[in-house]
Amino acid sequence: MSGKPKLHYFNGRGRMEPIRWLLAAAGVEFEECFLETKDDLTKLQKDGSLLFQQVPMVEIDGMKMVQTRAILNYIATKYNLYGKDLKERALIDMYVEAAMDLNELLMTHPFQPADKKEEHFATMLDKATNRYFPVYEKVLKDHGQDFLVGNRFSRVDVQLLEILLMAEEFKPDILAKFPLLQSFKARISNIPTIKKFLQPGSQRKSLPQEKDVSKVMKIFY
Amino acid sequence: MAGKPKLHYSNGRGKMESIRWLLAAAGVEFEEEFIETKEDLEKLRNDGSLLFQQVPMVEIDGMKMVQTRAILSYIAAKYNLYGKDLRERAWIDMYVEGTTDLMGMIMYLPLQPADTKEKNLALIIERATNRYFPVYEKALKDHGHDYLVGNKLSWADIHLLEAILMAEECKPGILSAFPLLQAFKERTSNIPTIKKFLQPGSQRKPQMDEKSLATVKKIFGI
Repeated sequence: MSGKPKLHYFNGRGRMEPIRWLLAAAGVEFEECFLETKDDLTKLQKDGSLLFQQVPMVEIDGMKMVQTRAILNYIATKYNLYGKDLKERALIDMYVEAAMDLNELLMTHPFQPADKKEEHFATMLDKATNRYFPVYEKVLKDHGQDFLVGNRFSRVDVQLLEILLMAEEFKPDILAKFPLLQSFKARISNIPTIKKFLQPGSQRKSLPQEKDVSKVMKIFY
Repeated sequence: MAGKPKLHYSNGRGKMESIRWLLAAAGVEFEEEFIETKEDLEKLRNDGSLLFQQVPMVEIDGMKMVQTRAILSYIAAKYNLYGKDLRERAWIDMYVEGTTDLMGMIMYLPLQPADTKEKNLALIIERATNRYFPVYEKALKDHGHDYLVGNKLSWADIHLLEAILMAEECKPGILSAFPLLQAFKERTSNIPTIKKFLQPGSQRKPQMDEKSLATVKKIFGI
C-alpha cells in the first residue's frame, strides 16, 4: 500500500528543493518529516533508513530512496516528465545536469564562509548569465516552442524555472538580457500545479536566513 | 550514419573515465581526441562544440553530448545496462550515485592542497570502508546474485568495479573486510569485454602523475 511520498530533510531548500518542485509540478501531494537537530539525523542513520547515511531520503512506493538524482529520475519517469524516447531523455539529462550545477552554486551560497561569499556571489552570477542562461535562451529561440524539449512539459522546464527564480532572488534583473527566459518564466509559473506551489502557504521553502544556516551546520557538521 | 563514439577530454581519467569503462564493458569501440593545451579547449569552446563550455564531450549518434551523467545514462540505456523497469533503474541510480560520490572524492585528491592530502585520503578510506562498501556487500549478500541489480550485468556493476579498483589504489587490501566484494571484483573483472579493458594497451587511463596534473591544471586553469 502506498500513501503519499514522505520527504526527510531539514526545513529548508538544500538538495531536497528540486524534489519538492517536481512532485508539486506533477500534482503529487507529499508529506515532510523535518530534521531539527543532529540527533534527528543520527536516529535516521541508526535505524538503517539512509542507504549511504545521507539525506535527502524519500519514502515512495515502498522504497526508502536516497540520492537526489535517483529520486528525481524516478519521479520524472513515473509521472511522464522525462521525454518520450532515449534521444529526448538525452537532451533533458544534459539540460537538467547543467541546471543542477547552477542550482548547486545558488543553493550553497548562503553556506559559504564569510571571506569567500563575495567571490562566490560573483562567480555564480557570472556562470548564470554567461554559461547557463544563454544556452536555454538559445534552445527556446531555435525551436520557438513553449517547453525546452519535445514540445511538451517535462522535468527540465520545472528545474529551469526553479533556478531562474533562485537567481532572481540574488539579482532581480538577472533575466534582463533573456526575453525568452522571461516569457518562459511567466508561462511555466502559470501552469496550475506550479502556480499553486508558488503561492504562500505551499511546501516551497524560502531562502535560508542566518539562523537557518547555523541550524543546518549544527545538524550536518 | 553512425561511426564510433568520439571522446573529447584530456589524456587522463577525470570525469571521462567512467564513460570509457561503460563503453568498453558494453563492447563499444570508441575514438579519443585528447585536449593537450588550453588552446585545444578554447578551440572546442569557440567552435560551439561544448554546450556549457565544458568537457567531457562525446560525439555519439549525431549528438555532441555533454554532462557526464547524461552521457552515462544514454550509453547505459542504449546498451541495455540500465535494468528492465523503473524499479530496477531506481536501484541502479542509487548505487551509481554512491560510487560516483566515492570516486569523486578520489578523483579530486590530487587537486587538493598538499597540507590536506593526508586528511582527505584518510577520509576517503574511512568512507569507502564504513559508508559505501558495506552497502554493496550487503546488497550482494541479501540476494546472493552475481550482479547488484536484477540478476543481470548493469551499469551499477561496472561502476562499482571501477570504484573498487580506484579505492584499492588508495589502499591495497581495502576490501579485506568484504569477501563478497572480493568475489564480485574477480568475477566482474573476468567478463570478456572488461577483462580486455583491464589489459595493458587498452584505452583505460592510469593514475594521474605530477606531469599530467600540471598539464590538467594548465588546460583548465585550476
